[in-house]
Amino acid sequence: MEADGLLVPGVGAYAACMAGLREIHGPRLIARRLSGGRPVLGICVGMQVLFERGVEHGVETDGCDEWPGVVERLQAPVVPHMGWNTVEVPSGTSLFAGVEDQRFYFVHSYGVRDWSLVTNSRTRAPLVTWAEHGGDRFVAAVENGPLTATQFHPEKSGDAGAALLRNWVLGL
Amino acid sequence: MSLAVRVIACLDVDGGRVVKGINFQELRDAGDPVELARAYDAEGADELTFLDISASHEGRATTMEIVSRTAEEVFIPLTVGGGVSSIADVDRLLRAGADKIAVNTAAIRRPELVAEIADRFGNQVLVLSVDARRAPGTDSGFEVTTHGGRESAGIDAIAWAVRAAELGAGEILLNAMDADGTQDGFDLELIRAVRREVSIPVIASGGAGATEHFAPAVDAGADAVLAATVFHFGTLRIADVKQSLSAAGHPVR
Repeated sequence: MEADGLLVPGVGAYAACMAGLREIHGPRLIARRLSGGRPVLGICVGMQVLFERGVEHGVETDGCDEWPGVVERLQAPVVPHMGWNTVEVPSGTSLFAGVEDQRFYFVHSYGVRDWSLVTNSRTRAPLVTWAEHGGDRFVAAVENGPLTATQFHPEKSGDAGAALLRNWVLGL
Repeated sequence: MSLAVRVIACLDVDGGRVVKGINFQELRDAGDPVELARAYDAEGADELTFLDISASHEGRATTMEIVSRTAEEVFIPLTVGGGVSSIADVDRLLRAGADKIAVNTAAIRRPELVAEIADRFGNQVLVLSVDARRAPGTDSGFEVTTHGGRESAGIDAIAWAVRAAELGAGEILLNAMDADGTQDGFDLELIRAVRREVSIPVIASGGAGATEHFAPAVDAGADAVLAATVFHFGTLRIADVKQSLSAAGHPVR
């Protein structure tokens, strides 16, 4: 709770990740930090569990529900989406400052293909970064006040990933 | 823009030392896998693969240290393979810092191992390594081999790739044993045959001898290309391979 930043990593199955997270009261810890404006960064499945729910092999699992949206299987000729891909970064990003045109390392079979959060003139809309693979588009990153997340692995994305992590740490 | 073709450098490691000839004069210790990994990263390698060929228990323990040191210093994906035969092996290597684990012979002996690893750690960690060669009389014309291509495993290579993908393999490392060491180019027929039947990524390996050999492998359906010897000896530089791929219209990092 007192840490400057909380990292939520995650690999493997959505359901297993959520089960592990619940065991340590992860969803409550994340929610409490966010309500106090304390930064949280989710990576890969650690991003996916921040959404409403995940669907794997027809089984639905509730997520942390910080954002609406469903994590579902990618619709592309070759899955997993594995390798270095470009991203479509929105203007105003601080997370991608200086690395907007770089490639990042992805490895995942599921993603958030619809961003459905409704915002109005009084709330600041999150900045959503997209990626594309085999004709399918999905969320690659979200910057939402204290809550940040990436579908790709910045820790495996060489210099570009290190620069992105530096941006996040500088904002703590 | 789309997903870049991955160029993967492979290191054969024995007892913590890189085997095969080395031509990296600028390195203080060219036999140190960690130094070589750093050099490949600096040259633009998209991933690294360590193939542990240690025969002894001590040799394998040393490999674990090498994996840890590499993961602490090099921030691109690292695959480790060679002699992986159990969930415990996979767990150890992942804890040491490997991102993906290649399995080969143990999965041929006991295909359920593929499903067990995928269920426990996710299919993205599991690379099925297939040593395939031409075999007239098999359904696809290709069979799986063991012992570095010297012995037939008695199963069809394409059928094996399909089964492993169904069991949960996240990727296929396709080693063309007929092309391996020839430096005459990748086995395009083999790549096409596997690509037609599986929808997980395919890494083409075996036969690279010139920069212009790589683009045809991608045209044949490979998502990634891997080479060892030509990079070790400095015959080819990773940057030149990427330039050649890019000139052929394939996106690279």
